[in-house]
Amino acid sequence: MNMTQQMLSNEALQSLQEKFPEGMQIIGEGAQQAIVVEDQYLLDMMNMLKNDAAYQFNMLSNLTAVDYLDYLEIIYHLYSLPLLSTVTIKTRCLANQLIVPSVTAIWPSADFQEREVYDLFGISFTGHQDLRRILLPDEFKGHPLRKDYKMPIQGERGA
Amino acid sequence: MLKTQTYTLNMGPQHPSTHGVLQMVLELDGERVVKAVPHMGYLHRGIEKLAESRTYTQFIPYTDRLDYVSSMGNNLGYCQTVEKLMNIEVPERAEYLRVIMTELNRIASHLLFMSSLAIDLGATTGMIYGFRDREHILDLFDMVCGARLTYNYIRIGGVMADIPAQFISQTQKFLEDFPEMLKEYHNLLTGNEILYYRLKDTAVIDGKLAMEVGLTGPCLRASGIDYDIRKVDSYGVYDRFDFRVPLGENGDNWDRYMVRMDEMVESAKIISQALAKLPDGPILANVPKVLKPPVGEMYHRIENPRGELGYYIVSDGTTKPYRIHVRRPSFVNLQALGPVCKGLMIADVVAILATLDPLMGEVDC
Repeated sequence: MNMTQQMLSNEALQSLQEKFPEGMQIIGEGAQQAIVVEDQYLLDMMNMLKNDAAYQFNMLSNLTAVDYLDYLEIIYHLYSLPLLSTVTIKTRCLANQLIVPSVTAIWPSADFQEREVYDLFGISFTGHQDLRRILLPDEFKGHPLRKDYKMPIQGERGA
Repeated sequence: MLKTQTYTLNMGPQHPSTHGVLQMVLELDGERVVKAVPHMGYLHRGIEKLAESRTYTQFIPYTDRLDYVSSMGNNLGYCQTVEKLMNIEVPERAEYLRVIMTELNRIASHLLFMSSLAIDLGATTGMIYGFRDREHILDLFDMVCGARLTYNYIRIGGVMADIPAQFISQTQKFLEDFPEMLKEYHNLLTGNEILYYRLKDTAVIDGKLAMEVGLTGPCLRASGIDYDIRKVDSYGVYDRFDFRVPLGENGDNWDRYMVRMDEMVESAKIISQALAKLPDGPILANVPKVLKPPVGEMYHRIENPRGELGYYIVSDGTTKPYRIHVRRPSFVNLQALGPVCKGLMIADVVAILATLDPLMGEVDC
């Protein structure tokens, strides 16, 4: 038996839009479709996406961030094992205010991936129990995946 | 008055059972683990950052160095993501060759899992047998692309080279010999009482915990959850093959071992089907020399031997990617280590590490 995954249906998207009339926006098409949500609604929406019978996104497949210079985008790829559907959620934070609520309370599996984003982008996740660097040494300065990060020249490397 | 207190022990980064450079800080109460905290990053090379200054084609060899015992899968995941972003159609023959190579690689990777599990538990002979037979597969890859480990074989739009004349007969010979090899492993390891009692009912991860910590791949399926991306989100031509997804029941070390042993049989089935159906034709689509994917982004995932391997690519329309993120299964799977080690004997930490099978090249990226 082969099943194929599907994007979230238009009806499901619409009912989500009704529940979050402000603070949510649907962008892109097809495989690139994503929901952009304002950070103050993020946890409410994620809770609904995980626990509501209409969505049941029980897997946080991927979590990462992209630096767009004046703002940073955090991207969540969710997957629903019971319904075999997928959705992309994005939230944004300004480059001078890098704070986003943590989703570890909803999907504990976000733990390492949020730490990775914190390590490489410098985004703080409020509510994360153990937010510290994961790949780089604790005394490392800067966040290398930011576009404005400058590689230290040889000799200055390290702490 | 007798007083007891816990103490801290560093396991790794230079410990043979960590399969690379993973450090675990164990808080111990006698021989029991109270708390286990993994520390990674010793192999961090900043591959995601490097990608931003390479062209799309130049990034393929870097993917080889993530999960370096299943490089074909890494190549495949990356190339398919770029193809999806650019709407490139891959020729049939290339699709079949890709399936043959990634499934051969899955067997090689699981053989390495079996070998390292054996040696971690003190069964050196078991290790030698696994390595002996993995060598046959590496010889096949050497024949196809001239490399034993870092293949750079799968390219955007197809594969690098067609197979040489003797490849099919040699692969068929391997498949013929494979049941005999498996019998040998089962005799040596599966039927071994010591191994059985070391693995059975230790380090149980039930389905609920497995989902919570985000396990994927054989580790998740050992906990009884039927999730194989080749089935649920079929990519390439996987929907044309008939294979089973082996599942475990208890999610203990034993199930994680057995699931992988059974998966090798299924992979062998896929390879022989693909060899039988292998069509003629071109092996590389008509892809421009300079790749400029349209502005946009794509997330695509495949079933690698260690779990869900995902690539997230953001293109700004230039020849170089704006951002590449790799969702490495080993990295996420390591989250299970902390919760599952609680209460285990220190000797069992070695066993759980072997059956979780993290590969540090991939964890650290």
